[in-house]
Amino acid sequence: MIFGFPIGFAAPWVLLALVALPILWIILRAIPPAPIRRRFPGVALLLGLQDEDTVTDRTPWWLLLLRAIAIAAVIVGLAGPILNPTERPEGQADRLLVILDGSWATAGNWPRQMAMVEGLLDEADRAGQQVAIVNLSDPAALAFQEAAIWKARLPGVSPMPWQPSSDTLQRLASVLEQGAFDTVWVADGLALEGRSTLADVLSDRGVLRVIEDGAGTLGMLPPVYEDGRLLLRVQRPVAGIARDVEIQAHGLDPSGAARVLATMSLTFEADATEAEAEIALPAELRARISRFEIASAGTAGAVSLSDDRLQRREIALIAGREDREGLQLLSPLHYLRQALVPNAEVLEGALGDVLPANPDVVVLADVAALAPGNEAALIEWVEAGGLLVRFAGPKVAASGLGRSEEHPLMPVRLRAGGRSVGGAMSWGEPKTLAPFAEGSPFFGLSVSDEVRVSAQVVAQPDPTLASRVVAELVDGTPLVTRKALGQGQVVLFHVTANAEWSGLPLSGLFVQMLDRLAILSATDAEDETRMAGTIWQPVRVLDGLGRLSDGQTLPGVTGEDLTSAPLSENLRPGLYRDDARLLARNVLRDGDVLEPASWPIGVSVEGLAVTPAKDLSGWFLAAALILLAADVLASLLVSGRLWGARVATVVLLAAMLPQSLEAQDTRAISDTREVVLGHVLTGDKAVDDLAHAGLLGLSETLYFRTSVEPDEPAAVDLETDTLGLYPMLYWPITPLQPTPSAEAYAKLNTYLRSGGMILFDTRDADVARYGASSPNGRKLQRLAAPLDIPGLEVVPQDHVLTRTFYLLQDFPGRYESRDVWVEAAPADAELVEGMPFRNLNDGVTPVIIGGNDWAAAWAMDRRGNALLPVGRGRAGERQRELAYRFGVNLVIHVLTGNYKSDQVHVPALLDRLGQ
Amino acid sequence: MNTAPNLRTRAETEAARLPPLLARAEHLAGTVLLGEHGRRRAGLGDDFWQYRPVQPGDSRRLIDWRRSAKSDQQFIRQREWQVAQSVMLWVDQSASMRFTSDKDGATKADRARVLALSLSILLIRAGERVGLSGSSLPPRRGEAQILRLTEMLQSDEAEDYGAPEARAMLPHARAVFVSDFLGDFEAVEAALYKAADRDVRGVVYQVLDPAEESFPFQGRAIFESMGGSVSHETRKASDLKTRYLDRLAERRDQLQHLCRVTGWQFGHHDTAKSAQAALLWLYRAMERRQ
Repeated sequence: MIFGFPIGFAAPWVLLALVALPILWIILRAIPPAPIRRRFPGVALLLGLQDEDTVTDRTPWWLLLLRAIAIAAVIVGLAGPILNPTERPEGQADRLLVILDGSWATAGNWPRQMAMVEGLLDEADRAGQQVAIVNLSDPAALAFQEAAIWKARLPGVSPMPWQPSSDTLQRLASVLEQGAFDTVWVADGLALEGRSTLADVLSDRGVLRVIEDGAGTLGMLPPVYEDGRLLLRVQRPVAGIARDVEIQAHGLDPSGAARVLATMSLTFEADATEAEAEIALPAELRARISRFEIASAGTAGAVSLSDDRLQRREIALIAGREDREGLQLLSPLHYLRQALVPNAEVLEGALGDVLPANPDVVVLADVAALAPGNEAALIEWVEAGGLLVRFAGPKVAASGLGRSEEHPLMPVRLRAGGRSVGGAMSWGEPKTLAPFAEGSPFFGLSVSDEVRVSAQVVAQPDPTLASRVVAELVDGTPLVTRKALGQGQVVLFHVTANAEWSGLPLSGLFVQMLDRLAILSATDAEDETRMAGTIWQPVRVLDGLGRLSDGQTLPGVTGEDLTSAPLSENLRPGLYRDDARLLARNVLRDGDVLEPASWPIGVSVEGLAVTPAKDLSGWFLAAALILLAADVLASLLVSGRLWGARVATVVLLAAMLPQSLEAQDTRAISDTREVVLGHVLTGDKAVDDLAHAGLLGLSETLYFRTSVEPDEPAAVDLETDTLGLYPMLYWPITPLQPTPSAEAYAKLNTYLRSGGMILFDTRDADVARYGASSPNGRKLQRLAAPLDIPGLEVVPQDHVLTRTFYLLQDFPGRYESRDVWVEAAPADAELVEGMPFRNLNDGVTPVIIGGNDWAAAWAMDRRGNALLPVGRGRAGERQRELAYRFGVNLVIHVLTGNYKSDQVHVPALLDRLGQ
Repeated sequence: MNTAPNLRTRAETEAARLPPLLARAEHLAGTVLLGEHGRRRAGLGDDFWQYRPVQPGDSRRLIDWRRSAKSDQQFIRQREWQVAQSVMLWVDQSASMRFTSDKDGATKADRARVLALSLSILLIRAGERVGLSGSSLPPRRGEAQILRLTEMLQSDEAEDYGAPEARAMLPHARAVFVSDFLGDFEAVEAALYKAADRDVRGVVYQVLDPAEESFPFQGRAIFESMGGSVSHETRKASDLKTRYLDRLAERRDQLQHLCRVTGWQFGHHDTAKSAQAALLWLYRAMERRQ
């Protein structure tokens, strides 16, 4: 603290330099501003004139003050002023250990915590302490390093969606290095086994400060479905003041957009640590909810993901035999009803009435024949994803259903009559179930000996039978078979749904089997048997801040771990899938209680510090810079040079404006006002100049001979310029020109696709044929490889280029090679009887490739003189003329496309009109 | 042989400088509508002046028979007296004339040359003989003289301030002195007196830069002449402004007084203003009868 202000200095001795300010004052004052030398003939009239006022001989006081303040600001800035400096306690160790809990409970305050840790690091940096940071939730090797190194790594530390394990704490206590160090423990405020032990160990090594801000932590327990209502519960570790909490139910609305489907308000009583509320939601809406979340909590613990538990399937129960009134226990549906009603919506009625409600499952208990209309509707429903579960019975056994050939709604063919074992009239014992094979949906369920089957229908041994059996008796006869039909499936229990033929419906196994078939949706009993032997794949996982992310790349988790193991890196909270079942693992589970942390006596527990020390030196130095900039203006003002400076400033400002954009715009405007031919810059000045002169010559020729009146040609830089402004680009090839970037190639391809044309000129037709026989040819191949160029052919005799303006047969430039390539005509183009040309109507060739060095033949200077000789004598002049004609044809072709080609039809049209 | 191409190159370089000045001068001269430049009395000349009755003493060869046949009297056809006058030009070529305050604007020398050459073109087209004062280019007639003048006018001189050349003045000729007249005043005085002694009349034309007219300087500065031979340091240039302008006005008064005494005319021109107005003024001043 200095003079009561909360300001300290990192290097206070630098302030001694302020003593030098008065000396500086004297020196500066003695130096007048330098005069300007001006050439002025009128000086002859000035000779002998005396200055009346000599005040400006010395620097004006205000300028001096400005400079003095600027220099003072520099000195103060270099001295490292710090706002709110932290007093350094006596007896500080030279090492500092920062322990972060890093659990989900800290996520709500994470930015503040990080700011605080950063402040700690700054302090340690100033004090020269070595620092180690340990995130207990995400432990790494302990290493004491410079604070600055840790500061750079700090943004990578993020809260984890679990709590530290007590193992980590124990291990940390055991691996701590020798020697004294101070510790700052930023804790989440929740109880953790081993906390006190570690705190004791740390207190022995040095000063232990615990910083805790867990009072506001809220945890959301999974909602419970009871009697048509959802019970929502929220916990907090410490009771305190009364508090309202808002809970949002997120899900997809009918249009598929994620939104908040419902909000509920909970109130914590002043002395309560748990609040609850009930909400009734329609089943449709409930089924849409994907997660509950405490509004604006931002932690993984404040999110409760919902899975199948909230969804209740609609199951249609249909029995064939309703004539035995009063015998409830013999009703084929009695046991099913008992098993299903607690956790599914059961529909009963005639099949024709139930199907339009689109149930998830249809159970047919001993129904053999269906009305043809119903059967077709049922097949359609199964194929659309329905699950049909059939139970056998006397009717099925007696009917001829699926006897001679496989019925679509039966998984297997049945033998006539079925069989009966262990009855009064048969040999043998009733059969028990064989253990479920791996691959069966029932794998992992324990088979009870009490389940005995005394009668069943028997499947015909078909080739497909083995793959369709999901449960069998000990003698190998199928008990449950299944087949896929469309997107749905058909399951047949070869016994009755009541206890007539077997003890299966009486056993707990029956319910478990229904569950495994995803008939039961409520998975409230996460018992061992249900989860045994299953592997669950993460679908979406939560991070510490309560955000969902994709979990498909994470390894699967066994069912046992999923229900019972504590959360860790290998078991993240989130949604897990096993086949058709979806299970959520939340941070808090039923029965969890948030408890406040307990610390050993003598450990000081603080809240998060709010005012971090702030380094002001940057501000002082910036102020000094601003003052010095002002000094420049003021000095100019004093010496009478401000006008020039003002101009310079304006120019500077103009330069700093987004000028290139403007330049682009003006160029675009000027280049689109008239037709402008473009040539691609190669980087070789001679070639570029020649290309420019060539296009200039061509433009002049066009101007005089055609109605195309081009402007000055443009040099096009493929990387920066817009290509779309130019109807045609001339691209001379040099072996050394740079290969365009990927973006430039993308632009070129867009240009070619949208109707632009590029004239490639290898300029070597005098020495090389077309191909890779010359350096230029090879360069062209490399340059053009990424371009979207169609198949090529040598210009055919009837190409439209031969007649767009002049009638031409050759396309000479400075050289006279016939190797000029254009886009190949379609293979089906044919010569119509009596027509001079083939019927080629579509497309302007996107490229023309040749080596005749056209630009050299076209090149002319501003006065219209040809720059380079072509050929010899009059023949040469004729060749140059033909080169110009080729250029004219080319530009007309580019501008008018296949117009001249269309003329092919004129005779035919006239003929048809009867002219 | 090396010399021929070399000579040709140099000649072309030299010739390249001619057309712009000449073209500008021609262009400027074209703006002045050329009237008859006769003496407004009968005498030797090409143009018809009047018919007058024959008087005793007239030679019979002078009788215009075609006119006389129309009446009983005999007439003599008189032509207008057309005397070619000699005009001597002096254009200051010194370093001070090469000053301009505006980077893109014309220097004083440039303006002075254009004006002088345009005036020459007008005068030569009117049949006068134009030359340079001194012995370098005596007055002659004809278009070729315009080219010679153009060439002579383009030679820069190194000295800081120029003094009028009054040697070898033809008696009774006319003269035009174009300069900024910021240099030694006594030299100007001497030259004008010398010219007046030979009955040479003419125009003193002062061409100044706008900066020299307004003195828009501030702050600490060292003023130097174009050649650097004269310099003056000031700490507050703005203070000097009024006194400088006073001195400039005084110099102008002196020139005007000198002209009045010697029968010359005095005009001044600012290079920021139109050259055409200046040329018109000069042309009118040359036409004025003595």
